[in-house]
Amino acid sequence: MSSNIYDFSTLTGSIHTWLSGMMSSGWVIFTEMVLVGLIFLLMYALLGLFLVYLERKVCAIMQNRVGPNRVGKWGLLQTIADLIKLLLKELIPIRKSDALLFNLAPFIVIICSFLAMAALPYAKGLQAIDFNIGVFYIMAVSSLSVVGILLAGWASNSKYSLIGAMRSGAQIVSYELSVGLSLLAIVVFSGTMQLSGIIESQANGWWIFKGHIPAFISFVIFLIASTAEINRGPFDLAEAESELTAGFHTEYSGIKFAFFFLAEYMNMFIVAALGATIFLGGWMPFHVGNWEGFNQIMDYIPSVVWFFTKTFFIILIIMWFKWTFPRLRIDQLLTLEWKYLLPISLFNIVLIAFIVLMGWHF
Amino acid sequence: MMSEEIIKDVIVGEQEDYLINLGPQHPSTHGVLRLEVCLKGETVKYLNPHIGYIHRGIEKMCEALTYQQIIHLTDRMDYLSAHINNEAVSMIVEDALQVEVPERVKYIRTILDELNRIASHQLWWCAFGMDLGALTTFFYGLRDREHILDIFEESFGSRLLHSFVCPGGLMHDVHPNFQKRTKEFIKYFRTKLPEYDQLLTGNIIFQNRSKGIGYMSRETAIGYGVTGPSGRGSGFSCDVRKIAPYGAYDKVRFNEILETEGDVFARYKVRMAEMHESLSIIEQLIDNIPEGDFTAKMKPIIKLPAGEYFRRVETARGELAVYVVSDGNKTPYRMKFRTPNFSNLFVMNEIASGYKIADLIAISGSLDLVIPDIDR
Repeated sequence: MSSNIYDFSTLTGSIHTWLSGMMSSGWVIFTEMVLVGLIFLLMYALLGLFLVYLERKVCAIMQNRVGPNRVGKWGLLQTIADLIKLLLKELIPIRKSDALLFNLAPFIVIICSFLAMAALPYAKGLQAIDFNIGVFYIMAVSSLSVVGILLAGWASNSKYSLIGAMRSGAQIVSYELSVGLSLLAIVVFSGTMQLSGIIESQANGWWIFKGHIPAFISFVIFLIASTAEINRGPFDLAEAESELTAGFHTEYSGIKFAFFFLAEYMNMFIVAALGATIFLGGWMPFHVGNWEGFNQIMDYIPSVVWFFTKTFFIILIIMWFKWTFPRLRIDQLLTLEWKYLLPISLFNIVLIAFIVLMGWHF
Repeated sequence: MMSEEIIKDVIVGEQEDYLINLGPQHPSTHGVLRLEVCLKGETVKYLNPHIGYIHRGIEKMCEALTYQQIIHLTDRMDYLSAHINNEAVSMIVEDALQVEVPERVKYIRTILDELNRIASHQLWWCAFGMDLGALTTFFYGLRDREHILDIFEESFGSRLLHSFVCPGGLMHDVHPNFQKRTKEFIKYFRTKLPEYDQLLTGNIIFQNRSKGIGYMSRETAIGYGVTGPSGRGSGFSCDVRKIAPYGAYDKVRFNEILETEGDVFARYKVRMAEMHESLSIIEQLIDNIPEGDFTAKMKPIIKLPAGEYFRRVETARGELAVYVVSDGNKTPYRMKFRTPNFSNLFVMNEIASGYKIADLIAISGSLDLVIPDIDR
């Protein structure tokens, strides 16, 4: 049924046997860990830089502009130039700020997004850790970043930062519920929290198609709530540059600011990847019923291409939100969550449980 | 230690008051305005505007300059209605000397007034969208404003501070392309205005953000002297073009836009409708510009007869009144500008208290403040 043409486990397996032939098992594990860590670091940086570039190009198209086009071909090196600039900038110490917490906050934020990256399945057989509670793990880890944001706001000793951090705290804690419940809907459908298991269950159709209307409702709720959870427009109240200048990272400069910036973009990637995995079948190719020929052609497209296509599809939707909508107000934001999204998703869960119980889904 | 004592003295109020300074460097105060805002949570308890960061003493400088030179200073007050400011001073001089300006000048001045008003409202629309977090509006508005600025540039050589109107008429005649390009612009902008509505006006988030906040009653508007679109959003009929027509305004048919809700959305609607109205005014005039001189005959040195002179015009933000006391010299004895933004700013404490800090930004955006006009 599913494709075995581009299975990354054969590649990783051969690397493992090659390493095992050279050193003892303890060293093999150590080497593999270092390798995986390095690959993730590299991927994190490259994806972050590319996402920043992509956002600038997307918003330029939406705003009748050209966007970066001077540094490198089509401005591709612009973000790298920006990164070098940020690295060279002075780290300004803030008077009367809590130096330890102030310096710790960007690391907490970036570590949280880094941890979540580890559990994502990028392609068939390409997943660093396949937890049996993968969905839960990613939810838990990504919600920890609110600690970093609150610390940043508190330790900056700035009133704007504090307001931004408090807004962000209220927002992330609220929208966590809707994200969780919308993911739970698919967990109920597939009967597992393991990400690889959820993907396997979508071999003959993605959940957004198989799960009737309730799955679509949870997909929409997931999109809205996760946009809010990663503090992006129209829910970017924590930054709200027209009100709070830059919110919780007003006082940060140089590479510490870059950490917040990068973490924001990588969080966007993580929620998009999670949405693609849970609702759109992850790296599973697009299959239609018993169109054997069509399905075979789809199988020839590598799984990693499928994964990134779906992820960037969701990323583009999230970017589209940001560059079109005005920002919500804090009370409207909380009203949206507690009065609309949460009751709808609770009702949705009951509906899905009923559908699964009656065996009505495909 | 010294600085802390000063800060303690400055901050008066209760212990738990959370005071923040919005500005003078802040993205949405549109210049160097400082709002001392007292917050309770996210809610604004009261606010205290501090002005003067861009005070240049224009009124005092006027006392040492001739009337032709004063024109150039008025550009720098409300730089977004530079043309209308010029006209106010020019008309005072013409009134005092009892010079009858040619019809052609009146027509062209009125067309330029309205073009200037559209350009100003476009920029306001850009900035208002930005204030509410809709970042794309900025580029849509500036894209269309560019067409007007190009027309200006072709005729006057400058895009923002034209100083094109001078006592007696115009500096020189408009460019031969002026009529053609203005007509092209009307056609173009008519197709683009619905885009503005699609992008922002109809948006449910935008409507929720702007409806029912920043309520200003008609009494408040009159009491504080809030004029222009901000006053008309509260039902205060204050359009000088209607009350005391000048230029060619008595020759055109147009409506004074009035909304009675008095909230941010009402002020928004007034400005959007005014853009349509300005287009129709230009349309009525552009084909009928009479031939003739671009200026009346004026003496090279203008001396106003001793006495007091007063004139008011409708800028894009409200009523600009100019008051001149002359002692018969070539420079005024005293010059006073009643600028619309000054009154529009100080109503903010009245209408923004009790709303959220995000609403405060929306309210200040809806008043369409230009800070150099306040400070002068």
